[in-house]
Amino acid sequence: MSDEILYEVTQNEYKYGFTTDIETEIIPPGINEDVIRLISKKKNEPEWLLDFRLKAYRHWTTMEMPDWAYLKIPPIDYQAISYFAAPRKNAPKSLDEVDPELLKTFEKLGIPLEEQKILSGMAVDAVMDSVSVKTTFRENLAELGIIFCSFSEAVQEHPDLVQKYMATVVPYADNYFAALNSAVFSDGSFVYIPKGVRCPMELSTYFRINAANTGQFERTLIIAEEGSYVSYLEGCTAPMRDENQLHAAIVEIVVMKDAEVKYSTVQNWYPGDKDGSGGVYNFVTKRGICKGENSRLSWTQVETGSAITWKYPSCILLGDNSSAEFYSVAVTNNHQQADTGTKMIHIGKNTSSHILSKGISAGVSNNSYRGLVKINPKAENARNFSQCDSMLLGDKCGAHTFPYMEVNNDTAIVEHEATTSKISEDQIFYCNQRGIDTETAVGLIVNGYAKEVLNKLPMEFAVEAQKLLQITLEGSVG
Amino acid sequence: MTNSKTDIQTTTSRKKEAVVLEQPYIELYEQNEETIHIHSASALNHGRRKAFEKFKELGFPTPRVEIYKYTDLREPLGVDYGLNIKRMNFPVNPYNVFKCDVPGISAYLYFVVNDAFYPMENRKSHPLPEGVIIISLRKASEDYPELVEKYISKLAEKHVDGMIAFNGAFAQDGFFIYVPKNVVLDRPIQIVNIMRSDVDFMANSHNLVIVEQGAKAQVLVCDHTVDDVRFFSNRVTEVFVGENAFYEHYKLENVSRKTTEVSTLLIAQEQNSNVLGNILTLHNGITRNNIEIDLDGENCETYLTGMTLSDGRQVVDNYTSILHNQPNSHSNEKFKYILDEESKGGFTGRLFVAKDAQKTLAYQNNKNILLNHTAKMRTKPQLEIYADDVKCSHGATIGQLDEKAMFYMRQRGISEKEARMLLMYAFTADVIDNIRIDALKDRIKILVEKRLRGELSKCEGCSIC
Repeated sequence: MSDEILYEVTQNEYKYGFTTDIETEIIPPGINEDVIRLISKKKNEPEWLLDFRLKAYRHWTTMEMPDWAYLKIPPIDYQAISYFAAPRKNAPKSLDEVDPELLKTFEKLGIPLEEQKILSGMAVDAVMDSVSVKTTFRENLAELGIIFCSFSEAVQEHPDLVQKYMATVVPYADNYFAALNSAVFSDGSFVYIPKGVRCPMELSTYFRINAANTGQFERTLIIAEEGSYVSYLEGCTAPMRDENQLHAAIVEIVVMKDAEVKYSTVQNWYPGDKDGSGGVYNFVTKRGICKGENSRLSWTQVETGSAITWKYPSCILLGDNSSAEFYSVAVTNNHQQADTGTKMIHIGKNTSSHILSKGISAGVSNNSYRGLVKINPKAENARNFSQCDSMLLGDKCGAHTFPYMEVNNDTAIVEHEATTSKISEDQIFYCNQRGIDTETAVGLIVNGYAKEVLNKLPMEFAVEAQKLLQITLEGSVG
Repeated sequence: MTNSKTDIQTTTSRKKEAVVLEQPYIELYEQNEETIHIHSASALNHGRRKAFEKFKELGFPTPRVEIYKYTDLREPLGVDYGLNIKRMNFPVNPYNVFKCDVPGISAYLYFVVNDAFYPMENRKSHPLPEGVIIISLRKASEDYPELVEKYISKLAEKHVDGMIAFNGAFAQDGFFIYVPKNVVLDRPIQIVNIMRSDVDFMANSHNLVIVEQGAKAQVLVCDHTVDDVRFFSNRVTEVFVGENAFYEHYKLENVSRKTTEVSTLLIAQEQNSNVLGNILTLHNGITRNNIEIDLDGENCETYLTGMTLSDGRQVVDNYTSILHNQPNSHSNEKFKYILDEESKGGFTGRLFVAKDAQKTLAYQNNKNILLNHTAKMRTKPQLEIYADDVKCSHGATIGQLDEKAMFYMRQRGISEKEARMLLMYAFTADVIDNIRIDALKDRIKILVEKRLRGELSKCEGCSIC
């Protein structure tokens, strides 16, 4: 019976698949130094940033694409990708000036930029393709000294801050995709929370990949000064595409003394159709540094989309008594592949980290958890607890865990546990017995399984995440 | 791809680094291929050229190879070792140098000096049951060519890596154990590997164990060194366990600090068979144990346990891989490490469950205690699962002795040293309890206790190391 349900619901087409006809400015595909100069010129960037891009590009040409991940990545022709796309009618001053087509897109996505967001108290910096379209609540935040704007704006208006912190957490030579991003990054968000300020609202950005054949290369930089707090949300949905789209983003977070940053993501890019064609390649480098004492960083991610996911949000625990958390739900269905996890690098004394990862695989997908916990020799009394659970829905999918633990200090306590299982027949029987049909029961059980992580999401997001999870899972069993 | 030119550059530079270590062996092989052939067990000659080509392709594993990430063999491989490819006899009486007896074990005792098997033909006290063959592989390929050909190198070819390929090119002999159908050996077989040489020496050997349907065998392999030179041993052991058969493999390592050992144990299990592996490392230099167990039949049971007590600059890396290729099998893995001083531990526990291997139960556990600031532990439990109706779990911890337990004992007048000893002893107990040979269990208990008390600073009974 579950096979039937499985078949039935895998027929569901991607609910968020559509494209909007907005005039998009695209530069010809290909990557070389001239293209990078052009991007930089179009964005009116200062000299140092161009130098940084070129340095990154030159380094990138010497690198090879990593092949250690448990992924089958078809060869990518980097010369066939267009590295810059911007909606033409940009820089609107009020909502009325925003392209109505674009607004419609957001409405279809259930992300109204207008009153609903104001009512829900969120400032939204919506990125459509590469240029920031609209930023709300800027003025309110500015009163507190908080800077929340697109990365390009930050480059123009706060070049000193950008120059000071950019690439300090993820250097341009960090890895293949980080180097590529550093060379051609288009736009992203910039957040600066000044000393002692508690950001009064959840900061949120929606990324969308819209124009065909344009890889999106965002770069996000979050700086939380001493004693500040911010919760940042990022959500993604992408329209249906037949060609694979490359996405190589960088997120850098700097957390100073006594500060706290919460970073939450819901990722639901187009995963390809049920035969595995199309879909987004999501190769992301996310890393935060707990620089000061008592700083705190938490990553929460719900990964339901993308054909291939290669993503390891990491924390460097440099400050004494700093702590980091990583909560993840990764769902793969059909031909999706995910290799995701985290790295916790303990350097300071009395640092602690907690990893909770829940993987769900269905269809013929492969879902891997790959994580590193490294305790440096000077990291006294470091503490880590990792738990990664996998659930298999179907007999053609795979679930894998690759936890690495490297301990160089005897005062450390590092624990890891992992389980792999399927939904037990007892549980389904229990639900059936009480009049809940199998499909709903599976949905219930899976949601309960992921609850621990979903609970970590901010309220507004939790609802959307649950919905997304349901949609993805509907496409598999429940 | 835009960077094809640079691709080539990096690969060549990587090869350059490797070739330096491999070159002397490649030359040695090419110049002496015939000599190696003449003095070798004929069964090992068939795949020799192929293995050599494979070795040329793969080279020695470096930490850049994912599964050798935590073992760096480049330093020990850089030493200029002697190889005994002409199979000269080493003047040694094994009984004189061997004193590491297990009291009361009354095993079928055999010696391997370096890589040469010492036959025990005039054994009167315990004659082997009828049909059981324990001889050198060289003799076996002469006397029982069909039997040897049927099994030899089957697993080595399947799991080939740089070290196995190297072994395939240079190994000339090893031991051969054959337990025919439904024969139950009433006492264990003890194979003592003794490394003895006046110059730095490398031994390659290839062993073959066949336990037929319904048979039962226990094999204890002890490693010892008697000279204070640098040794490198690279041993491949293939074990075929038939239907309903029982097989136990104990590996006890007690060698000098100058010894590097790469030991590959490959086991294939058929339906309803039961295998116990126990890997005990007390004293060593650098040790890399590769254990690959294929569960090729249904309803197999596999227990794999291991324990390492290390200090000084010991390096112990256990790479284990249990492949559930068929449904309804059960595996349980448990490894424990106590690391002191500047020792380094590594553990990889790979659990693979194939697509149709439903109803698999697989558990894995790795617990480690670091006693010192400079000790290091790397652990990588790894699950790869392609079947949905399975129960798999793994757990790994790295930590210290329980302070509450320490406090409890100190409160009751037990000295700190004694309390620590007791806790460590208790920590290793469940690995020791898995030993099914009582005499060996008692012996290991004593050895571990001595080792933990710091009394066993060298392998007991050996004269020099």
